[in-house]
Amino acid sequence: MSSGAAKIAVKVTDVVEVNELVKRFRFERTDGGLMPTFSGGAHTVVEMDDHGTRRLNPYSLMSSPQDRSAFTISVRRDDEGRGGSLFMHNHVKTGMEMTISNPVNLFSLDLRARKHLMIAGGIGITPFLSQIAQLDNSNGNFELHYAVRTKSLGSYVDELTAKHPNDVKIYYDDQKEMIDLENLLDGQPLGTHLYVCGPKGMIEWVRKSAADAGWPRETVHYEEFLAPEPGKPFEVKLAISNKVIQVGETQSLLEAIEAAGVDAPYLCRGGACGMCETEVIGYDGKFIHNDHWLDDSEHLSGKKIMPCVSRFEGKTLVLDR
Amino acid sequence: MNIRFNDETFRNDYTFKNSDAAIKRFPFPFDKDSYMYAVNMEPHTPVREGSVYYNSFDVDEHYVSEMRDRAMVLDEDPLRCQSLPHMELAGWDLLELIMVEKAKDYPDLFELHRDGDNWHWINKPLGIDDKFTFMDATTLPYGPMEYITRQTQGDFCVLDQRDDNLWMDAGMVTTQADWSLDFDIGMNFFEWHAPVPLAHEKGIFVRALKFLLNIQQGAPARRLNWTMTVNPLLDTSPENYHKWGIQKTTLTPENIGNKQHLRVELQTFFRLPRSNGLVFPIRCYLIKLEELVTYPKWARRFHRVIRDLPVELATYKGFIDNRPMILEYLSQFDDGAETSPGVWPED
Amino acid sequence: MAKTEFEPSIKSRPVYGELEVRAGKSHLLIADAEGAGAILDLAKSAQKDFLANAHIIYIPKNAGDKYTAQLEGLGARQYYAGPSYEAAVPRIQRVLSDASNGLQIYLAGTEGLMGQAMREATNIGYPYSAIQTEHRGSKARRMQCVHCKGITEDVTTDPFECSHCGLNLFVRDHYSRRLAAFQGVCVDAEDPGNVPDKVEIT
Repeated sequence: MSSGAAKIAVKVTDVVEVNELVKRFRFERTDGGLMPTFSGGAHTVVEMDDHGTRRLNPYSLMSSPQDRSAFTISVRRDDEGRGGSLFMHNHVKTGMEMTISNPVNLFSLDLRARKHLMIAGGIGITPFLSQIAQLDNSNGNFELHYAVRTKSLGSYVDELTAKHPNDVKIYYDDQKEMIDLENLLDGQPLGTHLYVCGPKGMIEWVRKSAADAGWPRETVHYEEFLAPEPGKPFEVKLAISNKVIQVGETQSLLEAIEAAGVDAPYLCRGGACGMCETEVIGYDGKFIHNDHWLDDSEHLSGKKIMPCVSRFEGKTLVLDR
Repeated sequence: MNIRFNDETFRNDYTFKNSDAAIKRFPFPFDKDSYMYAVNMEPHTPVREGSVYYNSFDVDEHYVSEMRDRAMVLDEDPLRCQSLPHMELAGWDLLELIMVEKAKDYPDLFELHRDGDNWHWINKPLGIDDKFTFMDATTLPYGPMEYITRQTQGDFCVLDQRDDNLWMDAGMVTTQADWSLDFDIGMNFFEWHAPVPLAHEKGIFVRALKFLLNIQQGAPARRLNWTMTVNPLLDTSPENYHKWGIQKTTLTPENIGNKQHLRVELQTFFRLPRSNGLVFPIRCYLIKLEELVTYPKWARRFHRVIRDLPVELATYKGFIDNRPMILEYLSQFDDGAETSPGVWPED
Repeated sequence: MAKTEFEPSIKSRPVYGELEVRAGKSHLLIADAEGAGAILDLAKSAQKDFLANAHIIYIPKNAGDKYTAQLEGLGARQYYAGPSYEAAVPRIQRVLSDASNGLQIYLAGTEGLMGQAMREATNIGYPYSAIQTEHRGSKARRMQCVHCKGITEDVTTDPFECSHCGLNLFVRDHYSRRLAAFQGVCVDAEDPGNVPDKVEIT
């Protein structure tokens, strides 16, 4: 079995600076054909050849699922990160040929919902853009509450408020505006589903507030792609392929496994989908678990690791790969 | 490809039979001389031109007659086709998938012409020529799922994916191995498989679900399942069990080769892109014992599989009472010689 | 009478728990007959504001007035005792259509009552897995005849006769939440007239 979703060869046909932190990229097929259809909330994995280092980063599709001419994504520059977003910002230009994956959706709408209540923070707006486009086509009932730092950093605020003046509310941090979550969660009719995408703290705040207010777990949906965090280099033994590999400071364990020519399964590369789950055969040291796929007891068990985002510090780590 | 469609029945006088070519391409499900449940999934990619695994949706000589039988079942009991309200988008996904694939794989039988949302569908074997607006159900004579599955062999379970599970929220089920869509609609993966013995304990369904949840767009999968049916009855439904159950007692050593059928389900799984649902077509192929034994390898192997099958499975598959007579018939064709690995009859 | 213990069964057979107070803006409690005991036990561990935001709907059935005074005496914001489940349905639907997320639902008593009340809640979008249930009292089942689709209430023997088409049906553990019923299948299809002796459902 080959890893990841099927690939699409594309050409970058537009790069737009949305604001000082965010750029939008448009991809069309190099063979001139139509893009696959997808569902609101889906992402694609973009492959980058960052000066010899292969990076695969997931980005939410923000274009309308109805539009098969192209996919568009928005990338926020992360100056502290490992370089994927910097590569997109600094090196990806119109006309460049790239490879992206077929769409995968880990954040789809619950189509039974009587109402979709969406909460976005910053660049977390992107999956909602395709979800709203999908709902527009089916007369879906939604309400978006979108927190941004400042007016100039509010990506797509103007488009959203122009098109949906009654269903979109914007909150500016610099004007001390806050989403009044407690009130917002109070009085939503049965059958309302809640969606949140944004910084880690925001997701935790919304999930906890909903639980405290008695919202059933099944009605609360969130998506958080974790970028793999840099860390100290470490050594890993791959038992099945009988190789010893080094994981570099800005490399993820999954990337190091792939760089050694070992085919490992993956989908989201952001700690969410569970596809890359790997058995630990032996270890002497400590794990730095960063995923939200495994539960706490699995994290403590020392038996499993998600190599897309998690790391290790110590003497030896042996994986079933 | 030139298919001559049979004019045959799956009820009353039961004139169904397989041509030599249909026997040769029958999806014999046993690759060795014994059987136990397994997840046994593989990518649904073309294997051997002319085989049932070659196209996304196999069309064979039984197509026209099977669709006529389906229409009769639906006239008698419209509850065999149901879709919960949130599943219409998945129905369009399915319609699009089948039309695109059939038009590509069988250009002499099916044509699809698209101009934006204005679609023109031609189904020559069934004499259908319809123009409609994609995503506008008022322009079709039925809902999208019902429309296209009245024109496609096999049952269809359309599954919603949420809460890390799959939910049977829509379907067209008229050729089933004794389960009721009307009863099971709305159930999750573990619930609708609840009556299956042994497999839960073996963890089969947990592994299968994990696999299915990760099926990706453009990368369908498939597996086979099987049971036994007396008479070529496509509609072995629980709804009508009080009518067809008695037929199981009509086997005699003289008629068993003609009446007893091996029933094989080719199950495939496709991600539905617009809805993020999954479609699970279950295509039923029937073969008479006397047709099956024309290939010595199949005859020997089938005898051994039936002989060694655990009692629970023979009971669940509904042929425990008839097993001795089936074995007596099949044993004539088993000289004890070794069989070659794999499912193909002449390898 | 404590909660009922059942033998382990297949995955589609509902599993019942023990009611516990959960955080919520309001609380809907529906019970029949001995199910009242589960509500009374629940109320023992509840804070005052729980009952101040609670609505109790009770169908005494054969329990008569055994529990009614105690239930009413809990002082819930709303208390209703009705002659039958069917009579209470419009009230339940009205309460659910008015409710907002943050409602907690507690069901207790027979499988027929819990199943049907759960269906009302799921019809309006409440996830079934978030609904609490506790079985008390009769093990009678609500059965659907898979052949004629008719429902026979309060079935206590296996096999039983369909109250609509008259076929002799055996009682399966296969259960549909959508129908709020177990499945009954013809027991003598392959040997007409050979109907096994009835045994009490346990």
